[in-house]
Amino acid sequence: MASKIVPIVEKIMDANEQIAAVNQKILDDHNVFAINIMASPGSGKTSVILKTIEALRGKLRIGVIEGDTAPVTIDADKIIAAGMPAVQINTGGNCHLDAVMLNRGLEQMDLNEIDLLIVENVGNLICPAGFALGTHANVVIASIPEGDDKPYKYPNIYRGLEVLLINKIDLLPYINFNMDYFRQGVEILNPGLTTFEMSCRTGEGVQAWADWLYAKTKRS
Amino acid sequence: MHELSVTENILQIALKHGLQAGAKSVTDVHLVIGALSSIVDDSVQFYWDMVTENTICEKAQLHFTRIPAKMKCQNCQQEFSIDNGPQPCPSCGSINLRVSQGEEFWVESIEIQKEE
Repeated sequence: MASKIVPIVEKIMDANEQIAAVNQKILDDHNVFAINIMASPGSGKTSVILKTIEALRGKLRIGVIEGDTAPVTIDADKIIAAGMPAVQINTGGNCHLDAVMLNRGLEQMDLNEIDLLIVENVGNLICPAGFALGTHANVVIASIPEGDDKPYKYPNIYRGLEVLLINKIDLLPYINFNMDYFRQGVEILNPGLTTFEMSCRTGEGVQAWADWLYAKTKRS
Repeated sequence: MHELSVTENILQIALKHGLQAGAKSVTDVHLVIGALSSIVDDSVQFYWDMVTENTICEKAQLHFTRIPAKMKCQNCQQEFSIDNGPQPCPSCGSINLRVSQGEEFWVESIEIQKEE
């Protein structure tokens, strides 16, 4: 027997990224603009999606793919109740969606019937950041009660995103949240990032975000 | 955690290159992992022992080369560690920074045994 060193230098996430590219091609072929929403549990992902659907009703046809760790259809049911098609992907306990899972979700969604696809990732600030899905824009929702130190503690999720939504700003008077400190952390990691402050409860700021999304979808 | 998916990817890469090179077995796998990857070495090792069972990678040793995360100031060019989280440039206070290292995440090489 002989020993031999085989040089490789292959990215560990390469296989996922190749399938993500396939997903993007499928979306592009159907003229669908897709976003991947990542956030902690309880930041308001589903509420933001419902508010977005409301703000864009009659303007865009929206489909939603819900990533959940358990086969609980609470989120998908809310989307369907709002009159939009929803597909639930059960990750089987996995902490994130990956490109293969989204690929299976795309098969179940009639892409000819939608203009915008919203993917709700599993509530988690760490794992989803490592797995490209093939969507066109990554969106992170931060919420005031989570605290102003999150960009410093979870830098990865703040780096690979195109839009940041800061939700629950109606709670600012009640919570010790230093917006300048929070925004400085974001600016270090992602200079000039498009950011919208909003409250799903009061509706403040929702329209500006919906307008941005509408413009992006129409341009694609 | 997502170490299981990552470990399966590492196995696929090691198997593909090992078989291409005519390996009877893979004895060592060298990984280069930047600090920004949020991967726990011990977890990867734990899953590795599971997923390699009955493959040519069974009993292969994993080696981790860890690359610390650093940022470089675009204003004064100072490079500094961000192991304790991102921060303004310690020299000039600028927040115009770029990550200069720590994103590495690849299989660098494998060591194999093959028939003479």
